[in-house]
Amino acid sequence: MSSWPSDAFRFALVGNPNCGKTALFNMLTGKRQKVANYPGVTVESKRGRLITPSGRKMVAIDLPGTYSLRGRSPDEAVTRNAILGKLADESPMDLIICIADATNLRLSLRLVLELKLTGMPVILALNMVDIATKRGIEIDMNRLSERLGIPVIPTIAVDKGGTAELLAAIDNAAAGGHLSSTPTWHEQSADEVRATHLLVNQMIEDCVTIPAGNDVWTRRIDNVLLHPVWGLLVLLLVLFLIFQAVFSWSAPAMNVIKDGFDLAGDYVKSNFPEGMLSSLIADGIIAGVGSVIVFLPQILVLFFFIILLEDFGYMARAAFLMDRIIGGVGLHGRSFFPLLSSFACAIPGIMATRVIDNRRQRLATIMIAPLMTCSARIPVYTLIIAAFVPNTHVFGFVNLQGIVMFGLYAAGIISAFLVAWAFRLFVWSGKSEPFIMELPSYKRPSLRSVGINVLQRAFVFLQRAGTTILSMMILIWFLATVPGAPEGATEPAIHYSFAGMIGHALLPLLAPIGFNWQIAVALIPGMAAREVAVGALATVYALGNDEASLGSTIATHWSLGTALALLAWYVFAPQCASTLSVVRRETNSWQWPLAMFIYLTALAYLAAWIVFHTTLLFT
Amino acid sequence: MVDTHSTSVLPVPVLLGKAGKGFRGTIVAVGAGVGPSDLEDAEYSDELERRLLEIGFVEGAEIEILHEGLIGGDPIAIRVDDMNVALRRREANAILVRAYPVRPSGKAQG
Ligand SMILES: Nc1nc2c(ncn2[C@@H]2O[C@H](COP(=O)(O)OP(=O)(O)OP(=O)(O)O)[C@@H](O)[C@H]2O)c(=O)[nH]1
Ligand SMILES: [Mg+2]
Repeated sequence: MSSWPSDAFRFALVGNPNCGKTALFNMLTGKRQKVANYPGVTVESKRGRLITPSGRKMVAIDLPGTYSLRGRSPDEAVTRNAILGKLADESPMDLIICIADATNLRLSLRLVLELKLTGMPVILALNMVDIATKRGIEIDMNRLSERLGIPVIPTIAVDKGGTAELLAAIDNAAAGGHLSSTPTWHEQSADEVRATHLLVNQMIEDCVTIPAGNDVWTRRIDNVLLHPVWGLLVLLLVLFLIFQAVFSWSAPAMNVIKDGFDLAGDYVKSNFPEGMLSSLIADGIIAGVGSVIVFLPQILVLFFFIILLEDFGYMARAAFLMDRIIGGVGLHGRSFFPLLSSFACAIPGIMATRVIDNRRQRLATIMIAPLMTCSARIPVYTLIIAAFVPNTHVFGFVNLQGIVMFGLYAAGIISAFLVAWAFRLFVWSGKSEPFIMELPSYKRPSLRSVGINVLQRAFVFLQRAGTTILSMMILIWFLATVPGAPEGATEPAIHYSFAGMIGHALLPLLAPIGFNWQIAVALIPGMAAREVAVGALATVYALGNDEASLGSTIATHWSLGTALALLAWYVFAPQCASTLSVVRRETNSWQWPLAMFIYLTALAYLAAWIVFHTTLLFT
Repeated sequence: MVDTHSTSVLPVPVLLGKAGKGFRGTIVAVGAGVGPSDLEDAEYSDELERRLLEIGFVEGAEIEILHEGLIGGDPIAIRVDDMNVALRRREANAILVRAYPVRPSGKAQG
């Protein structure tokens, strides 16, 4: 793959948000970039390689969606710079492929006319023709191509439809089939936009027939999902069901994984000669990494629902329903998607804020994204909840552990709103940017693509378990094992190890919030990845000669106050170095990640202190 | 406002931000000078005008208010020609719309 010439033919995929650019990019390059039925999924440029049927090596560039080349928000600016060659390291494109949603041509055709002004050759890929055909929309491609003066190729990006024709057209362009003209692009004035609209209207009248009653399904579904009362109730119900499912659906699979690791640990302990190696494998790797992998089913159930909702087209509706509600604290309807993504992981969530063009609202969204409970916190929450909250049902069907989990998520959300509100009050006031967002048509999620996406998440999680988490586990095991216990020691050896020393050194700081030295030891490697804390606890207690499972060990060793305080700590604590470094990259400053670290740590300490001391009063 | 065309069949144009759910009509004007003066500085309203135009709110487009939010009926979901767009009422006030003329039978046309 490294034999791509540096001057390879380069073409960019440009188009309105959600018209299928990334799906087409994946179809051409075989990559697996994220595709979802929401405008504004792609926020950075991605390149991929391909070889055309005639053997040309090419580079395709997927770009964020936009309605014009003005480049207002950070994601639109990426597209603008890529096309207009504003970035120093970007050589200009050889060809633009403009992708249009065939069910909604008007805005795409206006963009085509604007793109033609850049002087670069343009090919129009008329995507989603499958849906257009189903709805009875007829498009006279030949006439459209004639009127636009560029090739028009019908495609079905999700089914690889039209690949051969599109590649042939690209090949033809590369062979000099159509030449570039002198660039005359300048930022379009309002009246120029109006004038292009008139041209486009004429073209649509001449080339497209749209039956009346187009897209009745979206209308019917929206009558419920966008209803001011039912819509909000459905949104709450959906979120609640997700958390219930995360708990109850995944339990059987988790038990299987847990039993598997327990068996493996026992096998190593009983069959390997006692010593360092057996301890490293059983206490460090199997107990540590295993205690994290157990949570894979829960994380996959969560991702399954998020991906399903994204593909269905619900996310834009959720943004609509939430706009005014979160607008009250200075956020924006557009903040909703980044915040919801942060439930999976704050890093893509923070990246997704690029669609917000108002800098204040973007920063406010970034600052509160870590308060959304990311999936890496699930292991910590589940471990403690399972050990301290009885697994009973209230009202016959609502799982009590699920309720506590829901409460932790709610605590994160409510604090996020308070922080956003304080941010607007004390840090940065100013007016809100307009909320203007396309509401895409609903699409039936393809189970195959949802399945592939979930598997991909599983792969990423396991990879992380095999690299970051595994190496942290080995490090922790090492620190918790050396130096060994001195002669005549009374306590288990771990008390005298480096980890024990670090834990005891931190104890004065953490004792006021109810943490013991084992927790202190676990929190530090937890910075690398939150779930490592669980593995670290497992290793620390396993080396401390606690034979029982981690859950029952902490149930006997911790007071209720300690457990609840640790939960409260995890709602806030900035226990994730990668989040901080993404904030640094996205804000291009040290000030914001630093501010984030300080405010989150302060809140975490405060919350844990309050929870610990309140619980002491009642127990 | 003095309506000198009270005999005309065409309803008086209204601001989109003031129209209720179920409103159907066509866009008469977009941008500067349309909305109330709270739409601030010239730069902001020029920017808003271009954004609205780019997403399809252009003179002559057919619109229908499909849904409104819970708090203050804000934001609104609007069908613009063949696509659905969400918009806050504040920004919708930069758009002037005219309801379809009412026929004697009381049915809306179009
Ligand atoms: N039925 C059908 N669905 C399609 C087709 N192409 C894309 N989609 C769906 O359309 C939605 C948007 O696709 P994306 O590829 O994410 O769109 P995009 O243009 O990259 O979107 P942004 O990155 O948000 O600008 C997804 O739900 C796709 O599954 C197609 O040809 N037919
Ligand atoms: Mg994309």
